[in-house]
Amino acid sequence: MSTTHDSPINLAQIERNFREIAPPLTEAEAIMESHRCVYCYDAPCTRACPTHIDVPAFIKKIASGNLIGSARVIFEANPIGASCARVCPVDVLCEGACVEKTLMAKPIEIGRLQRYATDAVFTRGRDVLKAGAPNGKSVGIVGSGPAGLSCATYLARLGYAVRIYERKPLAGGMDTYGMAEYKMTQRVSQEEVAQVARLGVEIKTNTEIGRDIQLDELAGAHDAVFLGVGLGATSRLNIPGEQLEGVYDALDFIERIKTRDWASVPIGRTVAVIGAGNTAIDAVTQARRLGAKRVLMIYRRTDREMPAYEYEYELAKRDAVEFWWQTAPVEIVAGADGTRAAALRCVRTEAVETDAASGRRSFRTIAGSEFEIPVDMVIKALGQQKMVDWLSQIAKLKLDDAGRVTVNPETMQTANPKFFAGGDCVNGGREAVDAAQAGKLAAQGIHLHLSGERVEFAGARVPLHEETSEIKH
Amino acid sequence: MADLKVNFAGIESPNPFWLASAPPTNMGSMVERAFDAGWGGAVWKTLGEPIRNVCSRLASIDQGPQRMLGLNNIELITDRSLEVNLKEIRECKRKYPKHALIISLMVESKREAWHEIAKQVEDTGADGVELNFGCPHGMSERGMGAAMGQVPEYTCMVTEWVKEATSLPVIVKLTPNVTNITPPGRAAVRGGADAVSLINTINSVMGVDLDTLVPHPNVNGMAAHGGYCGPAVKPIALNMVSELARDAEVNVPISGIGGIGTWRDAAEFLLLGATTVQVCTAVMHYGYRIVEDMIDGLSNYLDDKGFHSVNDIIGLSVPRVTDWGNLDLNYKTVARIDHQKCIQCNLCHIACEDGAHQCIPFTEIDGKRFPVVDEHECVGCNLCYLVCPVPGCISMVRLDDGSRPLTWRELTTREPETMTAD
Repeated sequence: MSTTHDSPINLAQIERNFREIAPPLTEAEAIMESHRCVYCYDAPCTRACPTHIDVPAFIKKIASGNLIGSARVIFEANPIGASCARVCPVDVLCEGACVEKTLMAKPIEIGRLQRYATDAVFTRGRDVLKAGAPNGKSVGIVGSGPAGLSCATYLARLGYAVRIYERKPLAGGMDTYGMAEYKMTQRVSQEEVAQVARLGVEIKTNTEIGRDIQLDELAGAHDAVFLGVGLGATSRLNIPGEQLEGVYDALDFIERIKTRDWASVPIGRTVAVIGAGNTAIDAVTQARRLGAKRVLMIYRRTDREMPAYEYEYELAKRDAVEFWWQTAPVEIVAGADGTRAAALRCVRTEAVETDAASGRRSFRTIAGSEFEIPVDMVIKALGQQKMVDWLSQIAKLKLDDAGRVTVNPETMQTANPKFFAGGDCVNGGREAVDAAQAGKLAAQGIHLHLSGERVEFAGARVPLHEETSEIKH
Repeated sequence: MADLKVNFAGIESPNPFWLASAPPTNMGSMVERAFDAGWGGAVWKTLGEPIRNVCSRLASIDQGPQRMLGLNNIELITDRSLEVNLKEIRECKRKYPKHALIISLMVESKREAWHEIAKQVEDTGADGVELNFGCPHGMSERGMGAAMGQVPEYTCMVTEWVKEATSLPVIVKLTPNVTNITPPGRAAVRGGADAVSLINTINSVMGVDLDTLVPHPNVNGMAAHGGYCGPAVKPIALNMVSELARDAEVNVPISGIGGIGTWRDAAEFLLLGATTVQVCTAVMHYGYRIVEDMIDGLSNYLDDKGFHSVNDIIGLSVPRVTDWGNLDLNYKTVARIDHQKCIQCNLCHIACEDGAHQCIPFTEIDGKRFPVVDEHECVGCNLCYLVCPVPGCISMVRLDDGSRPLTWRELTTREPETMTAD
C-alpha cells in the first residue's frame, strides 16, 4: 500500500460524493413522519429489531416533542442506537416489518426517526443513561466494537467498574473503521464511545491483549471478561499476484476512507472488487465515489446468490458498477514493472446443480474460458477470517467447526465460566445491532454469574404480551 | 346536475354555501371576491359601534401535521366605521343582486339603537339581517353578544325590537354556551325571528405556551378566553342544529354553522335540518376557493343518490335522531376482523383490552398472530372498528336473533321495577 493514485476528480467533488445518502430529517419531516406511525401494540417493528427497541414508544415521543425520552427509550435497548439508525439493514428488520409497508407500501422511516431522536441528545449534550452505584466488581472487555460498547454500557449501569481494551487508536470497532462513509462518519461512533465513557467506563485504546497486556494478566485483573473481538483479517484469494502493489483488502481500503483524507486514499482508474457481500458493495460504491472510472464487481456466482442485501445491490447499480457474474479470478497479473497489478485474469463459471436443501446452486469453472481484464487496482472483499489462533490461547474456550466461540445463548457465557463473548466472534459476522444485543445479554449473564441476580434490560427478549391461543388450520 | 338553489326564509341563494360573519366577510372587496369564487351568500362581519381589537387574536389546536383542527379567536366585531360598511354593502349588493347578502348586527341593548341600525341596513338593499347573540368574548362582557343569547327573555325582546323596525328577514344567531339550546331557539321564534343560525363560537382556552407559561393567544403576557370553532366543533354544532330541527316550536329555517369545511360536512348539516350552511375557519385556512369542491361534491352526491334538488335532502335525517330511551335494546352487532386485510397493528386488541370489553384476544392462524373477536363477549361498541387503520378490515355485523325491537321506554313502562337497573 505504498503508492497512492491520484483521483481524476477534485477534492470538492469527492466531498460531495461522500455526502450522507440518508440526510437527517428536518423538524417538519420528523413531525409528519412520527405522526404517520400507527402506534401498533406488540409492534412488528419491535419484534423485528434484534435489540427489540420499543419503536412505537420512541416514535410517539418524537411526536409529543419528548426527544430526550425518545432517545432514552432507544439507548436503553441499544447503546449504539445512533449508529444503528444509520447502518442497520432496516429494510429487512424494523422497516421491513412495518405495518405501514403492508398498508401503504411506504414504511415509517424508523431509522431516520431514530437518528432524529439520538442526534437531539448528542446535540444538546444530555445524558439519558446513568451509571449504577459501584458494586465493587470489575469486568474487562476486549474490543470496543458494538458488542463491547453495549456490554460496557449495561455493566456500568449495574455499577461495575468496566475497562475496555482496544488495539486501535480509536474506539468503536467496525462502527468507527468499517462503515461506508456515506452512511456514517466516525463522529457518530465517537459520540457513542463518549457516551459510554461518561458512564465511567475506562477505554484503553492502542492496547492489544497478547501484545501490550497478556491474557493471564487480563483475567487476573477482572472478575469477568467479555470478548467482543470481532473477526480478523480479510480472507486471502490464494491466487498468484496477491502480493502485488495495487491489491488491497476491502477493510483496509474502507478504513483509509474513514480518515476523509482523500488525497491519501488509493484509487485506480479501473478497480476490480472481488466478492459480492455487503462489504464488497461498500468497496465498489466508495471506489466510484473516489473517482474510479470503471468499477467491476467480480463474483463466481450470480446476483441470485450474492450475499449482499437487495438495497445494497441497488445502491451499487445506481453507481454504475459493472457486475461480472460467473467470473472467478485466477491470477492478478503484474504490469511491465513486475510490481504493480495491471490485469485480473479470470475464468468463467457455470451453474452445475442445485443443492436441494439450501436451494443454492454450485458453480464450476469452465475449462479454456480464461480471459484478462485490464485493471490498476484490485480490492479483496471475501469476508473476514475468524480469530482462531488468538482465541485458542484462552484456556477451556470452545470454538465450533467454523471457528466461532461457543456460548450459552442466554448468558453468552463461554465454556470458560469467567469469559463471556458476543458479536461477530460468536455469530460469525452479522450486523452491529446483533452485536449490541449480544453485549446486552452478556451483561445480564455476567451479572447473574457474579451476583446471582437476574436482571432484564429493555428489549432483552421479544416482549411477551398476552397468551396466544392456537387455532389449527 | 342537481339544483343547488335554496330559499332561506325568503332569501334566494344560488347555493346553500354562505360565508359566516367573520374575518372573511370583513369588507366589500372580500365579499365580492368570495362571490366570484362561488359562494352563494355571505353574512357581513358584525356591524355596530366600531371597536378596538387586541394583538394577537387567534390560536389553534393542531394534531401533528394537521393544522387548525380547532381555532379560537378573541377578535371583536367590525373595527370599521358604520358609514364605510354601509356604503360597501350597498355597492356589493348592486353588483351581486342574485347573491344572498346578510348583515350581522350587534349594538347595545337599547331599542332605539337596534331600530336605527336595522333601518340603515334595510336601506342598503341587503337581503336580511343576522342578530349576533353569540359572540362569547369581549362583547359579552359589555352586555352584548352571548350575554343576549344566554338569556331567552333578552333574545326574544331584542328580536322583537328588530322586527318592529325592518321588513327584512331576521336571522337570530345563537350561542352554544348554554346548557340547552332549545329555550333560546324558541325565544328567538317567539320574538318573531324568521330563521335561526347556529352555532356561534364556544368558550375556550386553547392551550398554554410551555416556555412562557402564558395561554394562547398571548396579549402582552396575558390571555383571555376566546371563541372556539373549526372542524373540532362540528359534532357539537350538529347536535344543536338537530335539537332545534326536531323541536316543533322552532318551525323556522336553520342556517348551520360549525366546523364545515367540505361538501360532506355541509351535507350532514342539511340532512340534520339546515337549509344553508355558513363557513369561516376552513376559508381562513385555505381561502375562498374551497367552495368550488363544496359545490361540485354536493352536486355529485345529489346526482349519485338520485336527488334533483338540494331541498330534497334538507332534514331527511332528522327523524333518525331520537332520545336514548327510544333506541332498540335488542339490536345486536358484533365486530368481525377480515384477516386477509389485517396488518397486525393490534390497535383493536389494545383498544378493546384497555378501553372496552376485553374480547379481542390473539389467535395463531397459519403461523401468524392475529387479533380475533370473541363474538360471545363482544358488545358491538364500534371501538375496534373506529381505531382500525385499514379500510374495510373490521366490519360491524348484525346478529339478528329474531327478537322484536324493544326500547328502554317500553321496557320501563311494562316493567317499572327495571328502571333502577343500569
